[in-house]
Amino acid sequence: MIQIEGLRKAYHSRGRTVVAVDGVDLEVREGEVYGVLGRSGAGKSTLLRCVNLLERPDAGTVTVDGVDLTALPERRLRQHRQRIGMIHQHFALLSSRTVAGNVAFPLEVMGVDRRERAQRVAELLDLVGLGDRARAYPAQLSGGQKQRVGIARALAGRPTVLLSDEATSALDPETTASILELLRDLNRRLGLTILLITHEMEVVKRICDSAAVLREGRIVESGRVRDLLTRPGSALGQEIFRLGPPPDLPGTTIVDVTLPDDSAGRSFVADLARRYDVDVRILAGSIETVADGQAGRLRIALPGSAEVNEAPLRRLREAGLAVEVAR
Amino acid sequence: MTWADLGPLLWQGAKETGYMVGVSTVLTAIGGLLLGVLLVLTARGGLLAARPVHAALGLIVNIGRSLPFIILLVAIIPFTRALVGTTIGTAAAIVPLTVAAIPFFARIVETAIREVDRDVVAAARAMGASRPEIVFKVLLREARPGLVAGLTITVIALIGYSAMAGVVGGGGLGDLAIRYGYQRFENSVMVATVVLLVVFVQLIQSLGDLIVRWLSHK
Repeated sequence: MIQIEGLRKAYHSRGRTVVAVDGVDLEVREGEVYGVLGRSGAGKSTLLRCVNLLERPDAGTVTVDGVDLTALPERRLRQHRQRIGMIHQHFALLSSRTVAGNVAFPLEVMGVDRRERAQRVAELLDLVGLGDRARAYPAQLSGGQKQRVGIARALAGRPTVLLSDEATSALDPETTASILELLRDLNRRLGLTILLITHEMEVVKRICDSAAVLREGRIVESGRVRDLLTRPGSALGQEIFRLGPPPDLPGTTIVDVTLPDDSAGRSFVADLARRYDVDVRILAGSIETVADGQAGRLRIALPGSAEVNEAPLRRLREAGLAVEVAR
Repeated sequence: MTWADLGPLLWQGAKETGYMVGVSTVLTAIGGLLLGVLLVLTARGGLLAARPVHAALGLIVNIGRSLPFIILLVAIIPFTRALVGTTIGTAAAIVPLTVAAIPFFARIVETAIREVDRDVVAAARAMGASRPEIVFKVLLREARPGLVAGLTITVIALIGYSAMAGVVGGGGLGDLAIRYGYQRFENSVMVATVVLLVVFVQLIQSLGDLIVRWLSHK
């Protein structure tokens, strides 16, 4: 649904050049929620703004719904933007317009007539659960309500794609959860493809099907969230399952085990104890529900050096577990 | 001087001030909005970024604002004659008043529009809005409270400037205060005109505040 190829964008100011996006390739499939995770300054905001060409990339192409946006003249580009919704961290609502007026704005831009506009606005506000606040002004709303208005406005043009620029970063955890749920729900009910950028792992955990990790303008890994989490050495996995640096325990082998999705492989502690008569010590662990499945990592200590433990480790690998010797 | 003499004088002066300030306010609002919007649009990163144009407009505005009004009034006499055919009278006073107030208001317009959230402009662009739509439906509309507050300041500045219009025979309350109150030591005229001017300014400020409050939803 969205193909980004070879995207580059640099900023020049006072003789200095900052490369914000440095050769990014990315593909978002139809109907999925795709999260780009990165710290501030990683270039994720620039990346997102290049998708609807709010920023014009220096190089590369952006194809949305089969149309190469980078090749379009201004007028056609504006028409295509109407089919790409966008929501913003600080909501970006017009303070001089009511809730209904804000949602009507994109419809006015599209040239929808007054009667149809009113009807569509009412539908959209119902969709986001704000049917009774149509005549309120944004200043009278809570952050969560403002973002709901933002979402209703973004959906006005019946977009196939929604871009989300840190849409929950200015909200408290509870409100974040409700907005994410709404996005997930819209994704499922309307088949809306969502590309979001965030610095919050929570967002990726809760609603993303796929994700990419962006560092210094480059994608360091990308793929389905579940695959990434069960892949040893994954940057996303390390972010989610924060086991910290391994402790110094002389005479032991410390091993990080990535747990598989199914629960069958999880009885390995008892299995090792029975089979090799070793005391398996659990040092740290983290199990999270991600993308409707469970994934986790467990750090265990086995007595003796890695050579001594060769057989147990092989046993774990044969059972389909990803095993890394941490120390 | 009795109240019977004073009354018609004051009435005449008030009418002249009202006329001069009224007409120049309308012209200033139009000219200042246009110039202010152009200043914003042509600025770096603006919707019509053009640095030489921006610099030229900025220079014109600054020159206009540097000249003391009394100097401007005299300096542009040839321009006034070319425009309205005369250099004396109320109509002739409107020209320098407008020329002085446009740059003043243009800067206020520029500042008010700059206050509009950049994200909101980005959002409008993301929705496919065209440049005119962004200017009229987003920038000017969102800046409305600031624009009205700025126009109020401008009108009051115009009332102040109009006191000097007597130099070109423009008349008005300020002129009355100078000719009768100052030059002829008619203290009653001085006091009456000052009181009237205070009332004018007060009314305009209150009206401005009222409109700002009505427009503002922040």
